[in-house]
Amino acid sequence: MKAHLTRRYMFSASHRLNSGSLSEAENAAIYGKCNNPFGHGHNYHLEVTVSGAVDEATGMVCNLTDLDTFVRREILDRFDLENLNTRPEFSHTVPTTENLCTAVYDILRLGFAHAHLEKVRIAETMMNSFEYSGEKGIV
Amino acid sequence: MVYLTRKAEFAASHYYHNPDFTPEENQRIFGKCNNPNGHGHNYTLEVTVKGEVDPRSGFVVDLKQLKEILNREVLDAMDHRCLNKEVPEFSSRIPTTENLAIVIWQRLETKMKAAQLHRVRVYETPELFVDFYGEA
Repeated sequence: MKAHLTRRYMFSASHRLNSGSLSEAENAAIYGKCNNPFGHGHNYHLEVTVSGAVDEATGMVCNLTDLDTFVRREILDRFDLENLNTRPEFSHTVPTTENLCTAVYDILRLGFAHAHLEKVRIAETMMNSFEYSGEKGIV
Repeated sequence: MVYLTRKAEFAASHYYHNPDFTPEENQRIFGKCNNPNGHGHNYTLEVTVKGEVDPRSGFVVDLKQLKEILNREVLDAMDHRCLNKEVPEFSSRIPTTENLAIVIWQRLETKMKAAQLHRVRVYETPELFVDFYGEA
């Protein structure tokens, strides 16, 4: 029987929203305070949802140790306490939480083989969060 | 179609052990959860039902009836209990959060009258939850 499992993680990072394809004035108008050249930071709350048949022998969709190990190595070690603008994932894109969501999704989709990836959700603050389920859209 | 969710909390203990595994396999796969003395959680349950709003009552479901079903099928059976030893379904299944969501779904599904069960979500901790939408 298929179940969905969601695990939450937290990481802290800084960023500055500034697009190289926009003028200084346009960047200031569009991104407002987020365009501050010195950057600012967030505690990001990440939710990873995977799905699959519940294994009869273990009772699990996937072993949490495998998921935690992967997320720690590939997501948290990569982004926690970093400046997102300096990361290669954002060399061509603005590190908005939308783009962070798709970057995290792509890393998991390509690298995590123990269960099917359903969704990545990242809350930037208590007031806003973003979800990405691949090109098929949110189910 | 309108979706309605009711929350409930219960506290229970469990441990993970598969008698078909060797002691080493049980330890490797289940880690600290294999401790035979068990450990506990405060579980949060969210039950979502769906249906059309009854034009006379304005309800999707009679909340009193839903609460009674939740109390009887889940809280009375599982709150302040050892899932492995006191919930019959777990005599032959590991009481993981995945299986707990499935068992709660199975207990509720046949008892629902007007509304249709849509989702059972069980939080083991604020950092971990499982969703079950039925067999489909």
